[in-house]
Amino acid sequence: MVGVYGNDFTAPDETAPRPATGDEPETFRALLEGEGRVEPRDDLPDAYRRTLVRQIAQHAHSEIIGMQPEGNWISRAPSLRRKAILMAKVQDEAGHGLYLYAAAETLGVDRADLLDQLHSGRQKYSSIFNYPTLTWADVGAIGWLVDGAAIVNQVPLCRCSYGPYARAMIRVCKEESFHQRQGFEILHTLSHGTPAQKAMAQDAVDRYWWPSLMMFGPPDDDSPNSAQSMAWGIKRFSNDDLRQRFVDMTVPQAEALGLTLPDPEIRWNDERGHYDFGEVDFTELFEVIKGNGPCNAERMAHRVRAHEDGAWVREAANAYADKQAARAGADVA
Amino acid sequence: MRDWPLWEVFVRSRRGLSHVHVGSLHAPDAEMALRNARDLYTRRQEGVSLWVVPAAEIVASSPDEADAFFDPAADKIYRHPTFYDVPEGVEHL
Repeated sequence: MVGVYGNDFTAPDETAPRPATGDEPETFRALLEGEGRVEPRDDLPDAYRRTLVRQIAQHAHSEIIGMQPEGNWISRAPSLRRKAILMAKVQDEAGHGLYLYAAAETLGVDRADLLDQLHSGRQKYSSIFNYPTLTWADVGAIGWLVDGAAIVNQVPLCRCSYGPYARAMIRVCKEESFHQRQGFEILHTLSHGTPAQKAMAQDAVDRYWWPSLMMFGPPDDDSPNSAQSMAWGIKRFSNDDLRQRFVDMTVPQAEALGLTLPDPEIRWNDERGHYDFGEVDFTELFEVIKGNGPCNAERMAHRVRAHEDGAWVREAANAYADKQAARAGADVA
Repeated sequence: MRDWPLWEVFVRSRRGLSHVHVGSLHAPDAEMALRNARDLYTRRQEGVSLWVVPAAEIVASSPDEADAFFDPAADKIYRHPTFYDVPEGVEHL
């Protein structure tokens, strides 16, 4: 299973905890019917709680794992301006992870447990971060396409039925728009630079386009959890609708960049009022989800190492807090 | 290892406004909670003042009893100015 920046789907042969549609408390149903917000201490059906914990935790994991592909370029950013921007962006991803872990904790789980589940592979993160950032232009492509897709997925989550998740998403969405613009600006600069720079930008877009479309999850017919999430007001639009919205948004932006999208089937369909586009290869998505992407092992190893290397900092902070508390206690006595 | 306790964070966005709850975070002590809150919730100058409160210290009303708890106010509509009839032509009232 993988929560893709606020989506929730599985590879076909993986088992997702099937939400048991049992009795739902009257107060809960009334809240949903009235488009009211559900808050932490309300009487929640277990299945709703479990689904939210899984989705919010995986969303949080995606944010912190998402620091890695871009962090890879901080020391090699082409100018001080780009470096300062990239550091701010990566810091934002850490912040987004923390907002989301805090939202998950309102459901009665522990952040430390969620991190354990990430580290042991029981919970996953967005498969998009299992692709490598080979060039500086990839940082641009991630901002423009990956964050662009994330925004399309996340904006409807600002109206999610669960209050703490919706509030976290409002903060996240405000901050994401800078991420997308800085990516677009990187690509625009490269695309209007030397032929080699333009080729680098085109190559990044060629590699990130299809994985970005996969971020919306499998087609609607093949997305068994969607209906329940929609009934619960967690999900507001289908995977295919969101994917179409992203394509419609992005095609004109690619034209403005002077870059092409690697899909010969993209063309405006007057009748539908949308861009047509080619078929997404979901076998690739499911392979990456199952751990066979280019960077799955590297991302996890780095994450676990960073956590373990930081253990002494957490211990020292505890020891300092204990010492201060003991001193304060002695002063009072 | 012992987990850091949870703190609730309140931000005053500018002078003249009250502190508003923005979320929570983990920190080993109050001072670190304040510093973490600054880094987490005011990266874009969202505030001029911060409060951090140990989450365990907050006493909250129960949602299950919300109806009964808040019920006494429900039938006292005379507490609102719109309850009163004002004769036509009377101003500044």
